[in-house]
Amino acid sequence: MTQGRIAQLSCQELVELITEYLEGTLAPADLARLERHLDGCDGCRAYLDQMRETIAALGRLPAESLSPQAEEKLLVAFEGWRKGSRG
Amino acid sequence: MPEQQASPGGDPDSARRPGRDEELLAALRRSDEDAFRMLVREHGPFLLRLALMHVPSRAIAEEVVQDTWLAALDGIDRFEGRSSFRTWLASIVLNKARTQGRRERRVLPFSFLGRRRAEGRDEPAVDADRFQSARDQQPGAWARPPVDWDSPVERLSSDEARRVLFEAIAILPPRQREVITMRDISGLSAAETCNALGLTATNQRVLLHRARSKVRAALEHHFQAEEPSR
Repeated sequence: MTQGRIAQLSCQELVELITEYLEGTLAPADLARLERHLDGCDGCRAYLDQMRETIAALGRLPAESLSPQAEEKLLVAFEGWRKGSRG
Repeated sequence: MPEQQASPGGDPDSARRPGRDEELLAALRRSDEDAFRMLVREHGPFLLRLALMHVPSRAIAEEVVQDTWLAALDGIDRFEGRSSFRTWLASIVLNKARTQGRRERRVLPFSFLGRRRAEGRDEPAVDADRFQSARDQQPGAWARPPVDWDSPVERLSSDEARRVLFEAIAILPPRQREVITMRDISGLSAAETCNALGLTATNQRVLLHRARSKVRAALEHHFQAEEPSR
């Protein structure tokens, strides 16, 4: 790994790389820099945790189902399709 | 969203069963009504969500989903399985919902707001004033760092937090809203999302980054308002 030559990542830069980090698309050198920064920075670790918690919360949002009336209409339409195109 | 029906047993969107879709599709091609019903139930919530991003009401979204299924039935013999069935359905529903949404635009306050904001590639993930400036000791380091959220799972599952999430998503620019809905709410992969929306991998990631950053910021703001002492 190139050492010293590459400037340290700032917190402001880190937050812009967080999605690439979570998506696993960072180049190895950038990943190493980012992880080194995280090791020593409470604020950025809290930021990463918040981002993970945000993503998890989005995944837990309740799903809405199609209303029984809409489903019924679709089944009627299906019957028409079956007779019409598959007759 | 008081009329919302939570489906029991969590989000069916996250259950990925491509093999099962293939079986059901084969049955559907044989005009099997049960297979159609199962596909409608399995993909219904996902399609409804995508439709709701572009149209102003649940009733119109349901019509869009119905039209989507009719188009899917008519096109079923042309579906070659190169993309996943869900991706294919997603591209149909988005197409129809966007068209419908343009017709309804004047009654869509949230989307209107969203459209007025740029999709913005260079808007910061976190406001610049949260960091030390060039005149400070450590430029770019946190000036006001984020703090850990206490019991995040419980708090983020509250009705109040969900309202914040829905509102934060509603005011996103349309493409950011589509990407975060597909990726984080419905659990599609990056590749599926790129496929359904016609995005490059990089573009998809940029849109996801902007969207997630804003939703996180909205939650942080909400939690800080709840605990003014912190």
